[in-house]
Amino acid sequence: MATMEIRSASKNYGTIRVLDDINLEIGDGEFIVLVGPSGCGKSTLLRMIAGLEEITGGEIRIDDKVMNALPPKARDIAMVFQSYALYPHMSVADNMSYSLRLRKTDKPTIAEKVRDASSKLGLDALLERKPKALSGGQRQRVAMGRAIVRQPKAFLFDEPLSNLDARLREQMRAEIRKLHRELGATSIYVTHDQVEAMTLADRIVAMHGGHIQQVGTPLELYDRPANLFVAGFIGSPGMNFLKGDIADRCLHLCDGRTIALPAEMPATMGEATLGIRPEHVVLSPAGETGLEATVELVEPTGHGIILHLTLAGSVFKVLTHDRRWLEPGASVSVSFPTDALHLFNAEGVRV
Amino acid sequence: MTATRLFGTLAHRAAILCFIAFALFPLYWLLKVSVTPNDLLYSEGVRMWPSRTTLDHFRFVLANSEFPRFFANSLIVSGSTALVSTVLAALMGYALSRFQFRGKLWLAALLLITQMFPLVMLVAPIFKILSPLGLTNSLTGLVIVYTAFNVPFASFLMQGFFDGIPSDLEQAAMIDGADRFTAFRHIILPLALPGVAATLGFVFTAAWSEMIFALMLISGSEKATFPVGLLTFVSKFSVDYGQMMAAGVLALIPACLFFLLIQRYLVQGMTAGAVKG
Ligand SMILES: Nc1ncnc2c1ncn2[C@@H]1O[C@H](COP(=O)(O)OP(=O)(O)OP(=O)(O)O)[C@@H](O)[C@H]1O
Ligand SMILES: [Mg+2]
Repeated sequence: MATMEIRSASKNYGTIRVLDDINLEIGDGEFIVLVGPSGCGKSTLLRMIAGLEEITGGEIRIDDKVMNALPPKARDIAMVFQSYALYPHMSVADNMSYSLRLRKTDKPTIAEKVRDASSKLGLDALLERKPKALSGGQRQRVAMGRAIVRQPKAFLFDEPLSNLDARLREQMRAEIRKLHRELGATSIYVTHDQVEAMTLADRIVAMHGGHIQQVGTPLELYDRPANLFVAGFIGSPGMNFLKGDIADRCLHLCDGRTIALPAEMPATMGEATLGIRPEHVVLSPAGETGLEATVELVEPTGHGIILHLTLAGSVFKVLTHDRRWLEPGASVSVSFPTDALHLFNAEGVRV
Repeated sequence: MTATRLFGTLAHRAAILCFIAFALFPLYWLLKVSVTPNDLLYSEGVRMWPSRTTLDHFRFVLANSEFPRFFANSLIVSGSTALVSTVLAALMGYALSRFQFRGKLWLAALLLITQMFPLVMLVAPIFKILSPLGLTNSLTGLVIVYTAFNVPFASFLMQGFFDGIPSDLEQAAMIDGADRFTAFRHIILPLALPGVAATLGFVFTAAWSEMIFALMLISGSEKATFPVGLLTFVSKFSVDYGQMMAAGVLALIPACLFFLLIQRYLVQGMTAGAVKG
């Protein structure tokens, strides 16, 4: 178990800067989830922490010891790769015990630890198999087992579930959560998946273009996104944005209509973007209070319905449980509870 | 539809048969001449199989000629060359496959350039270099020269095999607590065995049949390898084809055995199951 500290870390590939001024403090036993679009540098950051990638600038500390120049084996970190990276010529048991054998652990201890891990992960019947005789989910579990047989200072996960089908992913997600509660190990977890991020994380780190955009608990990121990027990235379907100018305590849309703003928002500030989550929009029959819009597309998801409306010339999504507006072409009124509005200035920063 | 497909299959098979026949016919002829008694060699005209066969040539070659010694020399030289070259090529191929370093492109280009020179051009300079070192007329000298010539190509060969092994695997091993070299030995090398076998086989056969340097660097029959030894069956006035072919047939045996030994590793698919797929 360990604390971790990343101080203005950066990474260049040749002349291209892929990570810039990364600062992050991770507490003992914390579960951190890194999210961000493809290519934003999540894997690179993880690999820098693991020691697989050189650190161009700044510092990475584990338990207050600078790790920059240390090889992976000296950092005592376990990592689960997206590709699983199981050793194909070794049995499941040998895959899991490899790290212990390297440390010259005695045989009975190895056997015991492998048995422990395999019963935790339900791998008991598969110990003698080679990786190629396993299903994707089983391979994923072996990769997990390989990480937990020794008690490392921290766990790193690079999209460990992205190769699994939805059902299996749900199940593994719960198991990871359970494992973390049992082992209490400091963990950093990279994912594309909203739900994984929200359910697993103690804190989420949202990254974009090699920069950290916001760090906070899942609900902080959901309730108070720091900028347009985080606002659009967290939540599914994504937040709706309405562009306009603010004057007289109103947002003036490009089509001339206005939206009244709550008292705590600035009365005048020029160009701005108003954000509202699809699940917070209130629908009412056409003609009642609010802005009128046309239903373009209806996507029933089972537990709800996603309506695509056209508002002020762009797509506006609404998540509803009401089945009254299932007809494309229908006219509806949308209104916004004032406490669900997010305001961003011209630079995209939350006001 | 089925008729055209049938025709396609037949044509395909026929083409393969033609190729096999073409490739194997000289070997067949070698065998045929080696069992033909001397008195029938010229008297029977061109026949696919002599009316009478004999093993006399083999007996003579094994018992009364210096051939067994040539044979042993060749085994030593080819075996050592294969071993040394493959070890060097494995290390080199790994470096080429995994590391970015300054001058890598130049190094690769240089390796390729060495492959472009006709060997004959190099005989004189190499002789000049080796002779003050006492490495002419020595098997060690031959091993050094053969290794030097085989390592570049063998390195590229090994690099190709290493490129096919995901680097996630050795990184996983390094995270598990291995240093890079340990990861190489425990994880990468076992998976590259098909490549190692192919390289061993390639270098072994190249050294086994090499003639120019063996001829130029070795004088006398004490250190001669078998391709040079074959020339002893050519005398001033005649060529003893029967014995020569018998020696040739014998010389095929180690190459065949060698490939039999490594063919199990030549089978691909060792990395299946390593990563998703
Ligand atoms: N070896 C390399 N040489 C040059 N650029 C690289 C190298 N590896 C990664 N990059 C670049 O660094 C950036 C970050 O890559 P990284 O793999 O960390 O992204 P990621 O956030 O993990 O994306 P994904 O979600 O798709 O896995 C990318 O723009 C990528 O092109
Ligand atoms: Mg990645």
